[in-house]
Amino acid sequence: MDWDPFVLARIQFAANISFHILFPAISIGLAWVLFYFRARYTLSGDRAWEYAYYFWVKVFALTFAMGVVSGITMSFQFGTNWPGFMERAGNVAGPLLGYEVLTAFFLEASFLGIMLFGKDRVSNKMHLISAFLVAVGTLLSAFWILSLNSWMQTPAGYSLDEGVVTVESWWRIIFNPSFPYRFFHMTLASLLTSAFLIAGVSAWRARAGLAGPGTWKVLRTGVAIAAVAAPLQIFVGDLHGLNTLEHQPAKVAAMEAIWETQRGAPFTLVALPDGEARKNHLALEIPHAASLILTHRWNGEVRGLDEFIGEHPPVAPVFWSFRVMLAMGVLMLAVAWWGAWSCLRGREPSMPLLRALSWMTFSGWVAVLAGWYVTEIGRQPWIVQGLLRVDSVVADHSSATLTGTLLGYVLLYVFLIFSYMGALRYLSRQEAASLVLVEQGESSGSRQAQEVV
Amino acid sequence: MEYWLPIVYLAIMGLALLVYVILDGYDLGVGMLLPGATDAEKDLMIASIGPFWDANETWIVLGVGVLLIAFPLAHGIILSSLYIPVTLMLLGLILRGVAFDLRVKGGDHRKALWNRAFFVGSLLASVSQGWMLGAYITGLREDITSLLFAGLIAATLPALYVLLGAAWLLMKSEGELFDKAVRWGRRAMLPMGVALLLVSVATPVVSEAIARRWFSLPNAIGLLPIPLVCALVYGGLFWFLNRPELLRRGYAWLVYAGIVLICVMAALGLAFSIFPDVVMGRMTLWEASASVASLQFTLVGVVITLPMIVFYTIYIYRIFHGKARALSYE
Ligand code: HDD
Ligand code: HEM
Ligand code: HEM
Repeated sequence: MDWDPFVLARIQFAANISFHILFPAISIGLAWVLFYFRARYTLSGDRAWEYAYYFWVKVFALTFAMGVVSGITMSFQFGTNWPGFMERAGNVAGPLLGYEVLTAFFLEASFLGIMLFGKDRVSNKMHLISAFLVAVGTLLSAFWILSLNSWMQTPAGYSLDEGVVTVESWWRIIFNPSFPYRFFHMTLASLLTSAFLIAGVSAWRARAGLAGPGTWKVLRTGVAIAAVAAPLQIFVGDLHGLNTLEHQPAKVAAMEAIWETQRGAPFTLVALPDGEARKNHLALEIPHAASLILTHRWNGEVRGLDEFIGEHPPVAPVFWSFRVMLAMGVLMLAVAWWGAWSCLRGREPSMPLLRALSWMTFSGWVAVLAGWYVTEIGRQPWIVQGLLRVDSVVADHSSATLTGTLLGYVLLYVFLIFSYMGALRYLSRQEAASLVLVEQGESSGSRQAQEVV
Repeated sequence: MEYWLPIVYLAIMGLALLVYVILDGYDLGVGMLLPGATDAEKDLMIASIGPFWDANETWIVLGVGVLLIAFPLAHGIILSSLYIPVTLMLLGLILRGVAFDLRVKGGDHRKALWNRAFFVGSLLASVSQGWMLGAYITGLREDITSLLFAGLIAATLPALYVLLGAAWLLMKSEGELFDKAVRWGRRAMLPMGVALLLVSVATPVVSEAIARRWFSLPNAIGLLPIPLVCALVYGGLFWFLNRPELLRRGYAWLVYAGIVLICVMAALGLAFSIFPDVVMGRMTLWEASASVASLQFTLVGVVITLPMIVFYTIYIYRIFHGKARALSYE
């Protein structure tokens, strides 16, 4: 079997980054949640918050480690898989990645040591500061890498010198047109992912009878974050889409599977887009809705894929990924508001609510992956929109080599995902430390090594 | 500017990679020493590197980052020629990075499995790095001799890490583990010496220009300190490792310092051989370098952040100074 090395290189890169993003999606949000737990404990002295911190800091440590090792892989793969990208766009990509290492990675990795293991060695204040610095580090890291990714989507502030990108304005490169939208959308995505994770695991523990006061506090925190972030995310997502329409109209046409430029375009709920026949089968449509969403006019004109023949992405994966993300967004909003409503009335969450929350534990992962697939597949065939095509930058490895390494990565990743989930399950199965505390009476406080919230 | 900036970056890159070897070297070494320890010792060994390994690994990200920022043309050539060892190294680093956490969070019944994964990952990463170094100093050629040579370095270079790991444990442990570390250190000396010799001999043999540079007269005298210091320190290490009483009295750090000195000398020698090429015999640093505007922009960041990084790295080593204790989150 002889696969196209170009396709294999893409699959390999996609597999790696898809694996990587699972962990930042949690750690960016969770870092701030942990800081909040720690701060609540410092301010109130309530041990339940402290236990909440100790339970989730273990999950954080594990998640962070997965993020670090898969991230190191990413930083090498630019060179191993897309050497042409660095040769042509290195003047922009290099410094942005460099700033990420210098300002973010060292900060996170260094203070993580104190945040995790420094309890007995530093003051409570320094411990809190370390948690804060780690959280800042994750956010800075997202800032730089998203800036680069956004520049690849909507390049600005550069000129071309014999095919090589040279810099005109760093300001316009860093704050390129799609960057603010992508940064907020991703930050919110991460908050939502971690909010549903902590609420979901807590709900699961509550159903298993393992919950203590700390567990309920965590659950309510997760629900509160989600209830605020979910509607915001939908709002930001809408703005993001309008921005994409302006700069990458072919992507939006693929997201909506609009084959021909038209006025009063319908919004297609579900369909089977057919790239050969260039039309949709079995489409379920809402008349005029796409025009309404995208142009805010009943009969606004929407450009179709016929204007971008040969330069538009494959339609079906983009269309479907977008639908998955939207569905998740709506579902998250519904569950979060249901939970908030129940919490506000001061009741114990009902069984159906707990069940819904635990089903939604990993909903963030689904939405994040779907969102990135829209963004990245939607950019095809460009690696830098309108400037560099992917097929012009690929390295020439043999397909045997690529198949071998791809197999190695994928097997390892599948194994690691299972191990990660297994560890999460193992940690969650233990009885809450704050529950033990209640049973023993607040003062006895005899804690064992393996205590959890 | 056009002349100096690339040189400054080459120095930064060299420094980052040197710091990487010195720091991540010891935790990779500790990983490779794991099978020889009892279960309790394993816990302590891993506890001793717990707060540091992540930051240590970041130095290689910086090294590769600088290669990419400053020499984008060489970045592509080097990394795609080293595709297989790089991939193996990454798989190794992934395995050990996650094993570190999963061995205590996956439940006791899996601990032995993850200990093994930690060992295998450390070994795989070290061997691949040896292979990469070997391939790099033979100019990334693919003939049989070069491959054989790279294989030899791959087989011996891990001894350097093992020695660093043993030296680290000398500072971090007491009692039986300490005695073991002394023995481990002694055993690693010979293969490390071989690796050192091979690396030194290789470049002049591969390239006549480099041979001329080393063995022509004024240079040869100026460069004499490099092999001389290496030989002296090597002898010193041997002497120390045979006197555990001295080591126990608080001089253990000297072993570590000695190895660091050897690494620094080796790096200087290598730099002298290869300069001004970034890919030996193929591309000089000026040919490979990025535009001046990009280099200047990043240099601002480097000048501001690098001292801060050094500062808080030292701060963290001081916080966790002293003999290792069991790791606890609470
Ligand atoms: C929006 C967020 C985001 C995105 C899109 C990416 N990363 Fe990432 N990355 C992070 C957010 C992050 C993080 C939150 O900073 C991580 C995750 C967990 C962690 O430990 O740090 C991280 C870790 C991490 C590390 C290890 C850092 C360390 O040693 O501490 C490297 C080298 C990379 N990443 C590199 C990349 C590359 C080359 C990417 C693109 C192709 C990439 N990341 C996408
Ligand atoms: C973090 C979430 C991300 C995910 C899930 C993701 C996903 C993907 C996928 C699926 C592809 C393959 C598309 C195809 O070939 O059809 C791809 C390609 C690529 N992405 Fe991403 N991506 C992410 C972030 C990034 C970032 C932050 C960057 C750069 C800064 C980036 C750079 C690239 C490059 C260089 C390619 C290869 C060329 C290409 O196929 O366009 N990606 N990504
Ligand atoms: C339901 C409302 C939502 C809308 C209208 C929306 C809109 C969008 C659009 C238009 C893009 C593509 C931007 C581009 O490539 O140019 C996108 C990407 C993305 N979405 Fe959403 N989104 C929504 C919900 C969500 C949710 C709930 C999550 C995760 C929790 C999420 C995570 C992402 C991510 C990670 C990306 C890729 C990064 C980026 O381009 O920002 N989205 N979204």
